Amino acid sequence: MSAPTTTEERAPRRGMHHMVQRYFDLQPILVPIAAIFLALAVGAVVILLVGENPLTAYWALLRGMFAPDRIGATLGRSTPFIGAALGVAFAFRAGLFNIGVEGQLLIGATAAAWVGTWAWVADLPAVAAVVIALVAAVIAGGLYGAIPGALKARTGAHEVIVTIMLNNIAILYVRWMVGSQDPVILRDMSASVPRTATLPRNARLPELVGSEPRVHVGFLIMLGLCFFVWFILQRTTTGFEVRTVGANASAARYAGIGVGRVIILVMALSGSFAGLAGGGEVAGQSYFLSPGVFVAVGFDSIAIALLARANPFAIVPAAILWGGMLAGAPLMQQETGLSIDVVRIIQALVLLFVAADVIVRTIFRIRHTGESKGAMAEARLGAEWGSVA
Amino acid sequence: MTAAAIPARRSMARIGRLQILGLIYGFFGVLLLAYVAPNLEPADKGFTFEQPPDPARFAFDPRSIVVAIAIFFVATAVVSLLGDRFERITRICLLTATIILAPLFLVLALALSESGDTNVVSLAVESLRLGTPIALGAMCGLWCERSGVVNIGIEGMMLAAAGVGFTVYAVLGDAQGGGWLWFAILVAVLTGGLIAALHALVTVTFRVDQIISGVVINLLALGLTSFLRSQVIVPRGISTGEATSVIDVPIFSEIPVIGSQLFANKPIFFMMFAIVVATWFVLYRTPWGLRVRSCGENPHAAETVGIDVIKIRYQAVILGGLIAGLGGAWFSMESQGGFQDNMTNGAGFIALAALIFGRWRPFPAFAGAMLFGFTRALGTRFQILGVEVGDFSIPSEFWQSLPYVVTIIVVAGAVGRAIPPAADGQPYERSK
Repeated sequence: MSAPTTTEERAPRRGMHHMVQRYFDLQPILVPIAAIFLALAVGAVVILLVGENPLTAYWALLRGMFAPDRIGATLGRSTPFIGAALGVAFAFRAGLFNIGVEGQLLIGATAAAWVGTWAWVADLPAVAAVVIALVAAVIAGGLYGAIPGALKARTGAHEVIVTIMLNNIAILYVRWMVGSQDPVILRDMSASVPRTATLPRNARLPELVGSEPRVHVGFLIMLGLCFFVWFILQRTTTGFEVRTVGANASAARYAGIGVGRVIILVMALSGSFAGLAGGGEVAGQSYFLSPGVFVAVGFDSIAIALLARANPFAIVPAAILWGGMLAGAPLMQQETGLSIDVVRIIQALVLLFVAADVIVRTIFRIRHTGESKGAMAEARLGAEWGSVA
Repeated sequence: MTAAAIPARRSMARIGRLQILGLIYGFFGVLLLAYVAPNLEPADKGFTFEQPPDPARFAFDPRSIVVAIAIFFVATAVVSLLGDRFERITRICLLTATIILAPLFLVLALALSESGDTNVVSLAVESLRLGTPIALGAMCGLWCERSGVVNIGIEGMMLAAAGVGFTVYAVLGDAQGGGWLWFAILVAVLTGGLIAALHALVTVTFRVDQIISGVVINLLALGLTSFLRSQVIVPRGISTGEATSVIDVPIFSEIPVIGSQLFANKPIFFMMFAIVVATWFVLYRTPWGLRVRSCGENPHAAETVGIDVIKIRYQAVILGGLIAGLGGAWFSMESQGGFQDNMTNGAGFIALAALIFGRWRPFPAFAGAMLFGFTRALGTRFQILGVEVGDFSIPSEFWQSLPYVVTIIVVAGAVGRAIPPAADGQPYERSK
């Protein structure tokens, strides 16, 4: 990347005029929207092939997502996606690809489910108990995320492979911890299915809307987390280092930035965001952990982070769109008999067209202004298999 | 710094990678001697080599074997600390120690279980069988990456091939074997090639980040195959079908002991060996293979001698996809007849690790694939043996996680010295 590519990268610009200009610079928004339309168009062909009417299906999907009695479910479904996608996006900014959010979520959720049911926690005042459970989730997710970071920094093991392996390992070991009867580790022996004990009332996050899935305070925490990530990235020295490593790791090394340290830190923070998302789901949504949750959440959050072009604020609408499609799909299935996997195909196509924005730009004739290509243009992920930092 | 000072410093023992590895083995050896061996009961255990009824048996007392191996580990640690003059011996000792880990685990597992014997030949053949899709995936990655295109979509290519192939099989042949089975395997292979063509289009022509394209392919394959399963396969009520049948290779299957186990196997298993050899031959012994390698190392230099880099990359990626497609067919039409959502279950990523382990070369990558096949086979075998430490029976999840743990160790341990093709992962733009 020869020239500074995003507006944020330039010298600080102040004043109302630039604020307005930034908000009306629609380029980064236009491409994802066009990508969504293109994906829906291709999805319509798939639906036609199965012999259904795409318009009926999409209308049902839309009502399933945003009808007044359904919007709560959409928000509830989106909540963990926001935190997990923030983790992915934050790693993206350092040029790291954290595919391990699924494992980090699971480990965070397990930590919350474990610590939240400690006897002395139940006697604490409500705020303290929730905070302890969530802090446990943050620490556990962060540590689990730091493993691939440390391996990458010390040995050059590519984080893509290591995180995927750690996902599988987390899934297996959590299944064992929650399901094992001899010895009993986390299993609630009074329940008929393998699951952990239910969190006491004061270790739960308060409910906001009683939809299914419910909207809980975790949603607000996730919004705060977006602001936090934006602040770290744009207003702190650490954030500057993170972005420099992402833009050009060797240049960062010459500039005196400890690249290895940044990699470990970024992966740990990334994992802790995912851990918080997982802990929030246990504390706010299910109140216990059963094995087999969060399947595919990892890949979904990667897609959301890409859709939002690793911009922390754009992640919220992207996550709501994503969670909404998943929450709305059952209505579509009910009304048209289409499998809910149609939504999965559309989502993959959205991601394809967002990634290959050249296709979208050619079809919709969106010009390259060179102004705001988004964060994804900054960091390259594909290069450097196994280079020791 | 004078030249004379250098040999003086080199003769001192430094703590490098070899020394650390040696010390780890030494620690392990001491642990075995001090805690494990004294707690083993004297027992009569054995390795067998054929299906029962079976006369050939290698009988041993697990304790003496464990002690012998532990002493070797300690010796390795000592040798590694002797200094640079012993570096060659240290390397040989470390390699031997690593290979010995396999029988050590097997002996320990046998010692800790109720069973007396275990068949080691069938374990080796099972490793090769379970390593088949991983080897095919690694060959797919090898073709892509040697031409300069990183492919983390191997998983998706195999899954799509498995799903589409079985769907065709179920629709046309009711999953009842015969000619449709072979037609479906062909469809699976072509599906792999088609998805690879998409990968090539997106990464080579549109120069999208190759890792992102790979993720998209994985996601797309997951959605597409789940959709096909729920819309096409399930409504037809076909849950299982007929898989490929065992072929007895004439003459070879008559070989005593190993013949009946190794040379009586299924077709994709045999094809895998042919593909590995062919990959080696084409890559290193044909002009086209040289062109592929040059595109992966220095595409601009390749262009100056008249090689069409874009065309070569398309060809190599699609060829890789076809191989991955055969790997996909293994899942739904050879290892079993049927398709479940996400049935490849990470094999594509393990294949990638095998490729890195083999440093982007065909035969070492094949060896890496077999290592993972072995950990998987070992996991299943241990589960069957029912290993118990004291009162604690080791859970099946522990054995299932073995391939993943080994992958991490291998990638972390091997990549530091493994050098990928120089232009791997970089999009190529024609000179103007």
